[in-house]
Amino acid sequence: MSQILAVGEQRDGVVRGATREVVSAAASTASELGGDAHALLLGGAGMGEAAQELGRFGAAVVKVAEHEALSGYQGEGYARVLAEQIRSGGYAAVFFPGTIQGKDLAPRVAALLDVPLAQEATEISVRDGGLEIVRPIYAGKAFARVRIDAAPVLVSLRPNVFPAEERDGAGTVEAVAVEVDSSGWKARTVEFQAQGGDIPDVAEAAVVVSGGRGLKDPEHWGILEELREAIGSQAGLGASRAVVDAGWRPHAEQVGQTGKTVAPKLYFAVGISGAIQHLAGMRTAGTIVAVNRDPDAPIFKVADYGVVGDLFEVVPRLTQEIRALKSEG
Amino acid sequence: MNILVCVKRVPDTETRVRIAEDGQSIDPSGVKYVVSPYDEFAVEAALRTKEALGEGEVAVVSLGGEDSQETLRSGLAMGADRGVLLKGEVTMDGLATAKTLAAHVEEEGPDLVLLGVKAVDDDQQQVGPMLATLLGRPCVTGVAEFEMKDGTAVCRREVEGGVEVVEVDLPAVITVTKGPFEPRYASLKGIMAAKRKPLDTKEVEVPASSLEVKALEPPPEKAEGRIVGEGPDAVPELVRLLREEAKVL
Ligand SMILES: Cc1cc2nc3c(=O)[nH]c(=O)nc-3n(C[C@H](O)[C@H](O)[C@H](O)COP(=O)(O)OP(=O)(O)OC[C@H]3O[C@@H](n4cnc5c(N)ncnc54)[C@H](O)[C@@H]3O)c2cc1C
Ligand SMILES: Nc1ncnc2c1ncn2[C@@H]1O[C@H](COP(=O)(O)O)[C@@H](O)[C@H]1O
Repeated sequence: MSQILAVGEQRDGVVRGATREVVSAAASTASELGGDAHALLLGGAGMGEAAQELGRFGAAVVKVAEHEALSGYQGEGYARVLAEQIRSGGYAAVFFPGTIQGKDLAPRVAALLDVPLAQEATEISVRDGGLEIVRPIYAGKAFARVRIDAAPVLVSLRPNVFPAEERDGAGTVEAVAVEVDSSGWKARTVEFQAQGGDIPDVAEAAVVVSGGRGLKDPEHWGILEELREAIGSQAGLGASRAVVDAGWRPHAEQVGQTGKTVAPKLYFAVGISGAIQHLAGMRTAGTIVAVNRDPDAPIFKVADYGVVGDLFEVVPRLTQEIRALKSEG
Repeated sequence: MNILVCVKRVPDTETRVRIAEDGQSIDPSGVKYVVSPYDEFAVEAALRTKEALGEGEVAVVSLGGEDSQETLRSGLAMGADRGVLLKGEVTMDGLATAKTLAAHVEEEGPDLVLLGVKAVDDDQQQVGPMLATLLGRPCVTGVAEFEMKDGTAVCRREVEGGVEVVEVDLPAVITVTKGPFEPRYASLKGIMAAKRKPLDTKEVEVPASSLEVKALEPPPEKAEGRIVGEGPDAVPELVRLLREEAKVL
């Protein structure tokens, strides 16, 4: 009985966020425990392809629960269906993606199952037959190593931290019938206002180009936009609080203690001083590049690579070099 | 309409975190404590709602030690009407906290419970939706702004890739994120008035938890960063390093 359930996230049949990472992590942890990973997708209809994909990322069984009422995320409804599946599956652990949706869903499920939850794990290991979880606290200024002695152990995984590995072989896809009574739901999503077009959200992007007050004027964002485009479709835009408060950029782009926590593979901090509240949101990024004309700016203390200079000269050159690199192939 | 805001005492965001000798807590010496920033946004949202409706009460509640009275006084100084200290132990297990808060909510029966989207010490981001689930109330998380319309709160919620508008019927639970409204500063008059506002203390029994903190650790040592060079001439070398050394381009 060492099965681990990975909770998937999809929108319109497309796997989202950290789902692949969560399935991969569930598969490797389960094999250490001598079991295997299952994945579960909740949604309206047409999730067949998404389900097969999760099979390739290590789920031995992918359960698909389709119901009209589940076509859009509804916390209360999703939590009930999920809690029921977890109960009947007898899982040792359940891994959630640490996305906005995952972090909304996991606590509801924890309360229904009466077990604790560790949010945004950055490391999960098997020790003495149980799971030990490492998670950042104080905005990454420290890490807590925790153990949960309950069944199942509920954990959400910080996006972009765990590797997503495609494996040989495919899982079996299994449809599960679920009963959903939506008549008692008291929260209704009435509208979705898409922002940022096709650009990935700062919390999901593999590369983030972030700008601060050093850009001096919202009109100057074009140079960051060009850098982002040169890098490619996996890049998103971020901002410091100073420029969000000034109304130059939307709050959705804010990185930091009172914005989003991001952990992309590559983070560009352009004209950002590196205040502790900003570092709180991005210090766990894989590689950090800082461009600042002040050699004493605190951002250089966390940056892997720094360029001291005027961003209005450095960034366009960077865009040009990256474009050249891409066209070489 | 009665609104209850849950507030937590946490170290100031500027605090340099040092791990105490026991390896399981942080060294409190020299640490300045504040109301968790998102909870301040929640208090502000509660006060604006009361002002817009022209009636009702805003109460603040905190689970913690004697020190949390200070946190409650900050809420009172901003304009809340009364405070309740639930005197008991705070752990990293949000479910234990949620159960304790739930017992209090059932006693008082507020129409709306507001919390911060997360407390910036443990960063667990869970107490709000847990509390709502325990109470059988609906919950909307990460709300930047909401407005009351005939017993329904119309919420703007920031999600990946956009904004969701969610309507929720009261009684409900809402967790608040940074929105367009700056929390108000407590005026001197507010601070004086807060001293005379009711602040009750209730001893509570926090349920035992199966979440154990084994150790706190400093962040992994990061190799000293490197200044690649100055000005645009440093860019080719930067790109080379990103490609060949960091392998991220
Ligand atoms: C409770 C609380 C929560 C907070 N939460 C957040 C948060 O979530 N996120 C956040 O970011 N901040 C947050 N802050 C604010 C934070 O303290 C800083 O004020 C903010 O991050 C500064 O933004 P900045 O770096 O863009 O601006 P500044 O500090 O003004 O830095 C601008 C930088 O640009 C450089 N520069 C200027 N011109 C050029 C040029 N031509 N070329 C190159 N470099 C140039 C300057 O040298 C400077 O380093 C919070 C503060 C508090 C109190
Ligand atoms: N000890 C506490 N007392 C009162 N409210 C709390 C306490 N702990 C958490 N909360 C509330 O729950 C929110 C989320 O906390 P957390 O889930 O711990 O990140 C906080 O912003 C507070 O509003």
